[in-house]
Parts: sequence; C-alpha cells; structure tokens
Amino acid sequence: MPGPPPATSGTTLRGPVDDEQDVPRKIVAKHSAQDRVFTGSVTAVGMLVLVIVTSIGIFLGVQAKPTLQHYGWGFFTEYRWLPSQDIVGIAAVLVGTIEVAAVALVIAFPLSLLSALFVSDWAPARLRPTLIRLIDLMAAVPGIVFGLWVLFIIEPHATHVAHWISEYFGWIPLFKVHTDVHYPIWNQAPGYPSYEGSAFIAAIAVAMMIFPMATSVMREVFSEAPAGEKEAALALGGTRWSVVRTVVLPFGRSGIIGGTMLALGRALGETISVILIISQAFKIKPNVLESGTATISALIATGYKEATPAQLSALLTAGFVLFLMTLLTNTVAAVIVSRGRSGAGTEI
Amino acid sequence: MSTLITEELAELPPLAPPVVEDEPEVVRRTRPRTSEDDLTLVGSVVGSLGTSWLLYEEVLPFSGKFGFFVFWYLVFLAFYAGLTAINRPRAVVVDRVVTSLVVAAPSVVALALGSTVVTTVAKGLRALVHWNFFTSDMSGVRPSDAYSTGGAAHAMVGTLIEVSIAVAIAMPLGVITAVYMSEVGGAAAKLVRTVVEAMTALPSIVAGLFIYTVLIRNLHFPTCGFAAALALAVMGLPIMARASDVVLRVVPGGLREASYALGAGKFQTVWKVVLPTARPGLATALILGIARMVGETSPLILTSGASTFMNWNPFRNPMNSLPLYIYSAVSSGEPRYEVRGYGAAVVLLVIVLALFLLARLVARGRTRS
Repeated sequence: MPGPPPATSGTTLRGPVDDEQDVPRKIVAKHSAQDRVFTGSVTAVGMLVLVIVTSIGIFLGVQAKPTLQHYGWGFFTEYRWLPSQDIVGIAAVLVGTIEVAAVALVIAFPLSLLSALFVSDWAPARLRPTLIRLIDLMAAVPGIVFGLWVLFIIEPHATHVAHWISEYFGWIPLFKVHTDVHYPIWNQAPGYPSYEGSAFIAAIAVAMMIFPMATSVMREVFSEAPAGEKEAALALGGTRWSVVRTVVLPFGRSGIIGGTMLALGRALGETISVILIISQAFKIKPNVLESGTATISALIATGYKEATPAQLSALLTAGFVLFLMTLLTNTVAAVIVSRGRSGAGTEI
Repeated sequence: MSTLITEELAELPPLAPPVVEDEPEVVRRTRPRTSEDDLTLVGSVVGSLGTSWLLYEEVLPFSGKFGFFVFWYLVFLAFYAGLTAINRPRAVVVDRVVTSLVVAAPSVVALALGSTVVTTVAKGLRALVHWNFFTSDMSGVRPSDAYSTGGAAHAMVGTLIEVSIAVAIAMPLGVITAVYMSEVGGAAAKLVRTVVEAMTALPSIVAGLFIYTVLIRNLHFPTCGFAAALALAVMGLPIMARASDVVLRVVPGGLREASYALGAGKFQTVWKVVLPTARPGLATALILGIARMVGETSPLILTSGASTFMNWNPFRNPMNSLPLYIYSAVSSGEPRYEVRGYGAAVVLLVIVLALFLLARLVARGRTRS
C-alpha cells in the first residue's frame, strides 16, 4: 500500500548573510618577463608576416589602377593580346583559364569521388594506410612531371579520343573542331586547327595535379562518417553501396563540395603543365577539343619578358584577377568544409 | 560425466553434430563471397572480353586501344549486372555495378601514376647511367651532344641553394606565425590567420611575377638564385604557416591547461609542451611544404634565369634549377636534350620521394615512443 508521499522537510536553506554583495575577485595575471618577451616577439613576427603578406596583396591590387588608366575597362572585354600594338585584354585568357580548370574538374571529380569512397569504404583495412600515403605522395609529384607525361605519352592517344568525340558529337558546340573530321589526325589541312595542344589535353595534366587534393579532402570527411549509423544501415540489411548512399555520402557532402572547390582553386593557378601542352591562342571559343587556348598563368609565364611597364602592370592585374578567383573558390570551399556535420573536438 | 550428458542429449533431436573430442575445434572461416559470386565475376569478364572483341574489332567501325578498353568496360558492366540480376535482388545488382566503378577509378589513376613514373624513368635512364650527369654542367655542351658529356649538376646545386634559402626564410617565419596564431591568439591573430589563409590561394606564378616586378624590374636586381628563392619563399610562407597552424591546433588543450596548472608560464608551455607534442606533425607538414617548393617551376621561369654553367653564388648571374632544366630541355625540341630533361625529372622525383619518406620516418617516431 503506497502511503502518502513523504512530506518534504520544511527546512529552508538560508543563504549567507546578504549584507555584503558578492563581488568576483579581480584576478590580475602578471606574466613573467620571459613570457612578455616571448609574446612580444612572437606577436612582432606575426605582424611582420601580416604586413608582408598584405602588402603583396595590396601591391597586386594597386596595379589595377595604372592598367585601367592605360587600357580602360576594355581590358576585361578585349580578347586579343598583341603587345607589339599595345592591344591588351584578358577576356580570352579568362575564358581559357576557366575552361581548362572546368574540364580538369570534369575529369578529376568522378575519379576523386570514387577513389575516396574506395579508400574509405571498399579497400581492406590493411591496405588503407598505404593507399592514403600513396595519394599524399602523388600530391607531391611536381607538376612538370605530369606535364611531360601528358605531352609525350598521353597526347598521341588523347588526340584520337578528341577526334572520335568531335566526329560523333561535333554538333555540340563544346566538342566542335573547326576542321574536316574526315581528315586523318596526322594530316590536317593546312590552316585548320588540329587536335593537339587543346584545353582538353592540358586539362588531363591538371586533373592529375588536382586529383590527390580533392581525394584526400573527400576521404578525410568520408572516414569520419559515424560508424554507428553505418552499422545500423548494415544491420537493416543494406549492401555496401546502400550504406554509402544513405550514410557516408549525405554525411560527406560538405567534403565532396569543399574538396572539389579546393581542387578547382588549384586548377585555376596551375601553370607549368599547361604551358608545356597548349598551343597559345588568344581567342574566345567554347571548343575545348580544338588546338589553341590560353590561360592567365601561361600568359604571365610567356609574356613577362617583353612587357613594357604598362603591360607588366596589365600582367599583374591579370595575376590579381587570377588570385581573386582562386581566393574566392578557396574561401567558399573552407566555409563549406567547416560547415559540415563533422568537427569533433580534440580536447582531452 | 561427459558420457552422461551425451546420452541425455542423444534422446533429444540433434541440434548440432556431436563434437568429436579428438579434433581440436577450428574456427570456421566465413566468406562474404560465395563461389557463385566469383563465377559470376569471372564469367562476365571473359564473356565481355569476347563480345567486345567481336563487336568492337569486327562489327562496329571503331578502332584503338583506348576505345576498346572503354567499350569492354561498358560491356562488362552490362554483363555483370545482367548475370547478377538472374538470381539476386535489385539492391545487389546496383551494389555490384557501383563496386565495379569504385574499383575501376583508383585503378585508372594508379595506372596513370605508374605509367608516369615508369615512362619518366625509362626515358631518363639513358642520360642517368652516365656518371657525368651528376658531376658536370652544360657549359660548352651542345644540346645534341652525346650523353657522355655534360650533365645537370648545376641544376641540382641551384635547386639545393634556392630551396635552402627559401626554406631558411619561410620556415621560421611560418612556424612562428603559426605559434602566434594558435598560442597567443586574440583578434589580431584571427586577422593574421584570415590573411594567411587567403594568401595560400596565391598562385605560384603570381608570386613569381610579384618578385620579378619588384626586385628585377623596379629594384634592378639581376635575375639570380636569390630572386628565385624569394619567390619560392613568398609562395611557401603562407603554406607553411597554415600547415603548422593546423598541426598546432590539434594539440589537445588539456595538455596546455595541465602545464599551466603546474605553474608553467606561456613560453614554457609552448616550448616544453606544445611544440614537443606537435613536433612529428610539424616536421611532416614542413617537409611536405619543402617537397612542394622543390617541384615548383613557374616562379623560377620568371626570376632565376636559366644558365648552362655551375653557379654557386645566389646573388650574381643566373642560376639553373632542376624544374627549369627540365622545362628548357623539353621545350628545346632536341631529342637528346629531352632525354636529359627526363633524367632531371627522375632526380626531381627521387628528391621528392626521399623527402616524403623522411616525413614518414619522422611521423612514425611518435607512434613508437
């Protein structure tokens, strides 16, 4: 028989005497001389680096003024780059830069996504550290080595692929090559563009450069997918793919987008492999398979020597525009990655 | 005792075969795959190979190795999906198709990477086998000369000097800035972090152009190794600062608090707790940063000038470096010079690999101790 609930005891807790108000004691932390010297000098170095780095950015930005004074706003719409006639504009290189980076991304994105999934969810646990190391190692391979490889090993095959695509899909402006597709690749009619030195082939080298970066960002996020949710999906009878589709991919969305954007930022600035491969042509055209394209970085590397002071500042402005593009993509990528569900603290 | 139990059990319907005591129990290996799965895979590989050979080579108007490979892969996917669909639910079919894709993608990349390394080494070997490649420079050597004269020693020395100067500038500044960002903190440190992170986006060619404009055009410096080193440092400083910052930030805050609780000051905490804890990670990040500098070509095109002779002085005369040597060799169009370029590329790859192994070694030191 439950009795009446036990009466709560009526003792009221009395606080301390309220005459004096509690005031938090002010703690004055007095750093030792050693600490003050340390903090001071470290701060000084930090400020020095801030000044150096900011002044580089400002220096580049300031160059836009003489450029605009000299060439006017037409600088951004003029596509030709004729230093001898002082007709200079970055419309073509801007389009070319974006084209090369975009095609590189089209090649690298599926490979990165699938490889990241392979490492995080398909590969045997024993192999995983080796694979991760291999991807890191690939990130350290100099760009010029990939440039050489594409130039001498891939290009002869890639031109066939480009020819095939333009033959069957040439009705799409993107894949059109302004030449007679029935001519053999090695014997183009003179005066017509060939399949070599195109944005597509340069993009293969750039894709090799950005693949490790995109893959490692994606893999890192995938590997943080909650094990409990994965096991729950398995326990419900899911296959490996259904686990990935329902748990890993939604969890890793921020990593997929962020990794891709970071890779895009890298692709925009890639220079050396692009210079080696492309045949430079300052034309705005959507035909990525056709010979001849130009990127901002390749323009800088080829045009700096004969540049007059005005043209040098034009090059610097082009570099600044490139910097702004990479900065924008990197910032968006950083925001997206940090917004993801992951972010476990490392506090003990 | 045991016989009694066995007798009792014998009257019950047998649940499991009686355990024979003589044989030790062996853990039965469960295989996620059945032999039927394996046969399905083998069958689709063989079947698709035959079919695609027939269709691709004989019927359809296509040719080429690459095309055949792509065609075969598509036919294989179709066969594999079809064979699986005979007696498996749709979920399994989709899983197998996706698995085939997920396995194929890294294989393609591995093939590409392997082909890069193998072709580079195979092409460069002809120049590398001559010992003078490592001891001579290219002064007085024509690009078409035999491999037994001339070499890339000047480029190796140049890379060594330029990267050393760049590291000597960028590494201390980068690490101290990282210490400032993560250990001192405050609003200003946040600003520094934002700016440094922004500058990691600076393309290397723009860093090169900046140094070229300021140092060579405006201050009338000669094109020299020092200018190249400065360009590399401008490129590397934000990268190193940021990488170090990331490493320092993952040092657990509890360690710092424990250090403060024991009465240590800020400097003592950073010097005796934070940096030693982060040392392996820090070393790895910095070595990888150096590896990136070693392979960087584009700022060097603008700043260092390509020489053909040995030059130990970074402040006077052009100084060659390995990436630049490769670049000029390959753009020369002279087959023998190209081979030398490949030889230099192999040296570059070996340097990067050595730095990478060093980084692994340093990182491993932590897990052992």
